[in-house]
Amino acid sequence: MTIFTGYSGDLSQPKLEYSLATRGLSLWYDQFKALDDITISVKTGIITSLIGPSGCGKTTLLRCFNRINERYGNVTVKGEVTVMGRNIYDPDVSLIELRKTVGMVFQRPNPLPISVYENVVFGLRLHSESSALKRSLLDAAVEKALTEVGLWNDLKDHLDRKATALQLEQQQKLCVARLLPLKPEIILLDEPCSALDVNGTRAIEELMFSLKGRYTMLIVTHNMAQARRVGDECIFMLLGRVIEHGRTEDIFLNPRDPRTAEYIEGRYG
Amino acid sequence: MTASQTDNLKRPRMARSTAAIFGERIIELLIRLCGVSAIVFVFGIFLFVLREGAPLIGKLDWTKVLFSQEWYPTSKGNVRYGVGALIVGTLSVTGLAMLFAVPFGIGAAVFVSEFSTGKVKETLKIVIEMLAAIPSIVWGFIGLSVMNRLIQEYLPAPVGLNLLNGAILLALMSVPIIVSIGEDALKAVPDSYREAAMAMGATRWQTVYRVLFPAARNGLLAAALLGVGRAIGETMAVLMATGHAVNIPKSIFDPIRTLTATIAAELGETAVGSDHYRMLFLIGVLLFSITFVVNLLADLAVRGVRKQ
Repeated sequence: MTIFTGYSGDLSQPKLEYSLATRGLSLWYDQFKALDDITISVKTGIITSLIGPSGCGKTTLLRCFNRINERYGNVTVKGEVTVMGRNIYDPDVSLIELRKTVGMVFQRPNPLPISVYENVVFGLRLHSESSALKRSLLDAAVEKALTEVGLWNDLKDHLDRKATALQLEQQQKLCVARLLPLKPEIILLDEPCSALDVNGTRAIEELMFSLKGRYTMLIVTHNMAQARRVGDECIFMLLGRVIEHGRTEDIFLNPRDPRTAEYIEGRYG
Repeated sequence: MTASQTDNLKRPRMARSTAAIFGERIIELLIRLCGVSAIVFVFGIFLFVLREGAPLIGKLDWTKVLFSQEWYPTSKGNVRYGVGALIVGTLSVTGLAMLFAVPFGIGAAVFVSEFSTGKVKETLKIVIEMLAAIPSIVWGFIGLSVMNRLIQEYLPAPVGLNLLNGAILLALMSVPIIVSIGEDALKAVPDSYREAAMAMGATRWQTVYRVLFPAARNGLLAAALLGVGRAIGETMAVLMATGHAVNIPKSIFDPIRTLTATIAAELGETAVGSDHYRMLFLIGVLLFSITFVVNLLADLAVRGVRKQ
């Protein structure tokens, strides 16, 4: 894998060209083969969208990158998944470190039933000694994360409000915000707008644009218009296989595979 | 509005038969009756118990009754009805039992709900339910024969029938309730919370105490308080295992007597309508009030938690 200097603003640190990659990845739920020999490389710092009809395995693929698939005991995986150049199925990989590096946003906003403040510092509390967490440090982390997702002005006086009582859009932004104090490299988004209305969707998309460059984002979406709007690159999946991976314009305007073309045109799915 | 439109408004097109309308009413009435009956029964029982004891209320010096530990209901010369020791007995055995049962029960609930799967989970649930089905008299036997000997042998206790013995039995009896209610409470926590925590790198234990405990707080509190209710009301096992001695315990190895055991042991020996008989009913009223207060506290606590 080539090492590529100076993506995004951070010039001091050489960054990998590809943050996420799979090689020959297959996955079974019991006997059912959900992913079939998937080999992809996701570029650092851009937004890549995963599209395809229901049941094509896009969410399954997404959930491989932080190994959260494994919570259902019936999953078998073959092949290689690398995150930041490391195979995450190596025995010495720590799941905790992996999940700090790879954040995930879910379909339904799922802030925890605690205060806004505690939601944002949740990750810090999980991964640091409590003695290391000075109040001032936590306060700063909360302000920084909420500012980054554009919630600070709305919520700075309501930090002790229960997060589950916020509007859905705010909840979903909070779900992004709570990942940031852990300094992730990658954010996985699993249909993050499907529970939101038009304005909420726009807000989340704008948030994604503002985070672009600093984080590598992989978004699963059902909404082809959304894939077109937000995705720099696009991966089209069908029946557990990757059919086509390319720049979004190419996929939408000049698809190479007839199946992609038909899906884009809305013939099926 | 045209004539035909007003006609339509007056006459609904799908008229129902009278039988259907009445049937609906009757069923509604029955359901209402079922709901109201709970209130009627609770008040009915309370009033009946109170009625039996009421004639004695005026005759007693209540500070003495509540705070004295001299329970001599059959004394020839000087009858004294001090239930202080009995109250302390009930509260101490319940409290100690909860000290064992709540951590153990909640722990078991967490294990069943979060850490076990498949066969282990099913087996555990069945066995725990079986634990709830053991009759209290059998628990009494165990206290009398097994626990009694064990306590005498391994602990510095002069007698094996004491506060500790009763508390352990009560704990074992209330654990199944705490486990099953607690497990329900944990199961009711949306899975998305677990995924959220896990995706942020929480270990299973961190997920439990940082996410599930706050999320299921009401249910877990209810589980603990139902356990308390079970323990306060228990009679047979404590009668057999606590030593049944009117005594304010100084240590967990002292024998005690509870309100419930007193009623059970003495009611059959009293003449109907006698002062002693009425006093036992008043103890019933007292017991009723204690459980009422516990339930009320539980309700307030749950409400308070909810408001947060």
